[in-house]
Amino acid sequence: MILRFNTFAAPSRFYGLAGGLLPWFWASALLFGLAGLYVGFAMAPTDFQQGEAYRIIFIHVPAAWMSMLIYMVMAFWAAWGWMLNARMASMYARALAPTGALFTFIALWTGALWGKPTWGTWWVWDARLTSEFILLLMYLGYIALTEAIDDPRRAANAGALLALVGAVNIPIIYFSVRWWNTLHQGSTISMTAAPKMVSTMLTAMLLMTLSFWAYSFAVVFTRARAIVLEQEGETEWVRALTHSREQA
Amino acid sequence: MRGLLWAVTKRDLLLARRRRVEALLPLGFFVVAAGLFPIAIGPEPNTLKLIGPGVAWVCALLAAMLSVTQMFASDHHDGSLEQMLLAAERLEWLVLGKVLAHWLSSGVPLVLASPLIGVLFDMQAQAIATLALSLLLGTPVLSLLGAVGAALTLGLRSGASLVFLLVLPLTVPTLIFGTGAVGAVDAGLSPQAHLSLQGALLLLTLLGAPLAAAAALRISLD
Repeated sequence: MILRFNTFAAPSRFYGLAGGLLPWFWASALLFGLAGLYVGFAMAPTDFQQGEAYRIIFIHVPAAWMSMLIYMVMAFWAAWGWMLNARMASMYARALAPTGALFTFIALWTGALWGKPTWGTWWVWDARLTSEFILLLMYLGYIALTEAIDDPRRAANAGALLALVGAVNIPIIYFSVRWWNTLHQGSTISMTAAPKMVSTMLTAMLLMTLSFWAYSFAVVFTRARAIVLEQEGETEWVRALTHSREQA
Repeated sequence: MRGLLWAVTKRDLLLARRRRVEALLPLGFFVVAAGLFPIAIGPEPNTLKLIGPGVAWVCALLAAMLSVTQMFASDHHDGSLEQMLLAAERLEWLVLGKVLAHWLSSGVPLVLASPLIGVLFDMQAQAIATLALSLLLGTPVLSLLGAVGAALTLGLRSGASLVFLLVLPLTVPTLIFGTGAVGAVDAGLSPQAHLSLQGALLLLTLLGAPLAAAAALRISLD
């Protein structure tokens, strides 16, 4: 089978292909996740400063990355769908939003669990925490707006406008650690400098990131398939599909 | 082009004057909501002085969001908004005219009433002046961002409450620098940096928000 860029642009072909890819995404999410957790919790050494509490980093940091990345991807597809009137792109954007909100919530929640033993507090109104909290509100606003509008095209376009306006927030979160020197620790991993952590820790974190990527693909494709069925309910191939399901 | 702006502004102000009580409701909300805080928190003067600027700003935010949903609603209801969309003039000027009318009829009263809040919260004269100045710079930003939210939620069942969720996260920078200016005065510093940043935010939203609101109107009435 040849995969082209536009293979995923037609709802009917997307539906079949994504269905075939789903087991692979689930399997790799599980595999990478188990490997990452094993390396992170059994092999990685104890931190000299924070003791065992630092181990939440293996969930916290990948989740925080995903929360920002998914927003950018969502804003990109939403804008793409708005400009080129591409239905599938808008459906991707809508399918991404709940997963992004989930990762933002996980990042905030694990951050609170990490903050209690290391900072002695669940929450501070520090620049990074506040901007991540606002990111969660932006996700919720996007979901609420797209759910409140019944017409799918108007919902997609209105959501795209909101997502683009909110995208201003992402660089602020990303650079907040560097711009404001507050309680949140600086970034541990940098593209330009040598890693400041033991290689097992880095391995565990990257494995968890891969796992989260695979999980996101699996969940987003599942949700996008559901949205496709919902919005393409009138078309011939969906009728044929549901009909064959009923027969079986 | 600018003729449209003034025409829309004058028309909306005239409509607001005909429904005087309705137009002054945000002001009433502002004063009542701010007045609840000393009752809820306790009349300790030092605490009140500390929370005064924040309370005034948050109540101004909420008051602006309460009234902003009405910006396009009645025109949408009687169909005149679609006529305006069909006109050859640029939609951005229409939005700007409506925003200006909204700010003059509901933002400026908040600025004028803010010294009253300052006195109720035991603030010093200079802090009160800074509060009023920061609101003078900040309330147009609220009207502009509110216009985007109002245009996006036009004609939706839960539009009014949705605007709060959509617009309030975007107003956080204005809130931070607005209260920061008063905080700087209380700490004996110059509020100029905060006020300059607020001015920058105002210019930025003045450039971006009318475009976004016009695009949102086109989406809503597609």
